[in-house]
Amino acid sequence: MYWLFKSSIGRKLVMSISGLFLILFLTFHVCMNLVAIFSPEAYNMICEFLGANWYALAGTMVLAAGVFVHIVYAFILYFQNRSARGNDAYAVNAKPKNVEWASQNMLALGIAVVAFLALHMYNFWAKMQLVEILHKVGMDVDIANAQNGVFHIQNTFSCPIVVILYLVGLGALWFHLTHGFWSAFQTMGINGKVWFNRWKWIGNIYVTAVILGYVAVVLVFFIKNICSYGAACGI
Amino acid sequence: MEKNININLKVWRQKGPKAKGAFETYKLDGISVDSSFLEMLDILNENLINEGKEPVVFDHDCREGICGMCSLYVNGHPHGPDEDITTCQLHMRKFKDGETITVEPWRSAGFPVIRDLMVDRTAFDKIIQAGGYVSVNTGGIPDANAIPISKIDADEAMDSASCIGCGACVAACKNGSAMLFVSAKVSQLALLPQGRIEAARRAKAMVAKMDELGFGNCTNTAACEQECPKNISISNIARLNREFLKAKLAD
Ligand code: HEM
Ligand code: SF4
Ligand code: FES
Repeated sequence: MYWLFKSSIGRKLVMSISGLFLILFLTFHVCMNLVAIFSPEAYNMICEFLGANWYALAGTMVLAAGVFVHIVYAFILYFQNRSARGNDAYAVNAKPKNVEWASQNMLALGIAVVAFLALHMYNFWAKMQLVEILHKVGMDVDIANAQNGVFHIQNTFSCPIVVILYLVGLGALWFHLTHGFWSAFQTMGINGKVWFNRWKWIGNIYVTAVILGYVAVVLVFFIKNICSYGAACGI
Repeated sequence: MEKNININLKVWRQKGPKAKGAFETYKLDGISVDSSFLEMLDILNENLINEGKEPVVFDHDCREGICGMCSLYVNGHPHGPDEDITTCQLHMRKFKDGETITVEPWRSAGFPVIRDLMVDRTAFDKIIQAGGYVSVNTGGIPDANAIPISKIDADEAMDSASCIGCGACVAACKNGSAMLFVSAKVSQLALLPQGRIEAARRAKAMVAKMDELGFGNCTNTAACEQECPKNISISNIARLNREFLKAKLAD
């Protein structure tokens, strides 16, 4: 197992598997979000089901571990690659055509995703699962809305600034994943001349569908909100 | 019909591996557009020698695109702005009258500068020595049809084997990765029955050597494939990943 740290391809394998795991999570997550558009009641049932019970907490821990590994390896790769590149930059450096912009900016996009993740955790996790956890360990917190996901969605997406930040964050994630998806299969060696364009297409369609799912939830709730109450930014 | 152009050359000069380098600008007049890029550098060097100055050091050998010795990062591209050719096959007709042409060495920690535009690419030899060969004793020459090989595999092995080891892939890579070169050298043997026998050992040994020599981790940007003078495909990198992971999982 040591080779997963020691060899370049081993490190890349960790990157690809943790990345695909996160994509799988994003898929489950968007499916649940879409429920909120069609039935707020059903959505709140899901929130209740995924509160602070052992399986939801275990899931959260595994997910956090996945994010942690992915980020740690992202930085290891970045610093190793920088020293492999050396300190002397080219005076003139043309980007060859057909090189994806995202592929050369994966770390920057990843950091944008982390910032988005922090905002998102503050908007939802800190007001839901965290509150429940604190309550369980005996702290004096108000849990009235801890499982009321729809309430928090409505609150969060009534503010145009937050809506814009979410759309930008989702945009960064889209760029990260349009490269990341096929790149992960390339890294695992499940690619070749024929599958190259197939993976790119599958990735682009899949990732675009997932991201549009998230965008739909943000926009539907924002539009509903401004129609019924007007914009409000009381974070 | 002879056509001449006047150009400005911005050339990287560096006395030695540890010395600090800098660009120097030279003006060259009346360069025939029919001359090759290296012939143009020969003219520059002749001028420099006549002026009693040190000529510009650069690598070259066959001057017909097969040996892999020439390098040069010309106007932001390894092997210059033309496609699918080596620097020695680049011609001055690709440049405009009055143009400033910037010429730099390969810049990568794995390829330290020896002098001016010449870099040390022995790292590639070391990677080949780690496993880029077939060590079984094959005896005399067998009949060509004794070992059937499909046309598809034969063609792909041939395509991989067209890599000349120039190092443009490393020079182009923002991660200083040598994966395109190593994958071509692993693939040319992995695709053929004679090479299969040692395939697992080869993939592990060559990747280990590549990592040890400090080349970077491939993040699949594919700049290498775009700049490779021999059009080596990154599908070879997928094959190398596959060979390496299979070998490691089998251990
Ligand atoms: C929901 C979150 C994320 C998902 C689904 C995701 C997914 C992926 C995938 C599938 C890859 C391709 C792996 C490969 O090339 O083998 C990748 C690469 C990468 N990710 Fe992420 N990622 C996420 C968040 C992040 C974050 C937060 C960072 C960093 C701060 C990050 C940094 C990187 C970097 C630098 C790469 C390129 C590394 C490489 O190609 O070797 N990612 N990501
Ligand atoms: S893969 Fe292409 S760019 Fe790299 S060494 Fe071989 S011929 Fe040169
Ligand atoms: S000098 Fe031999 S390939 Fe250019």
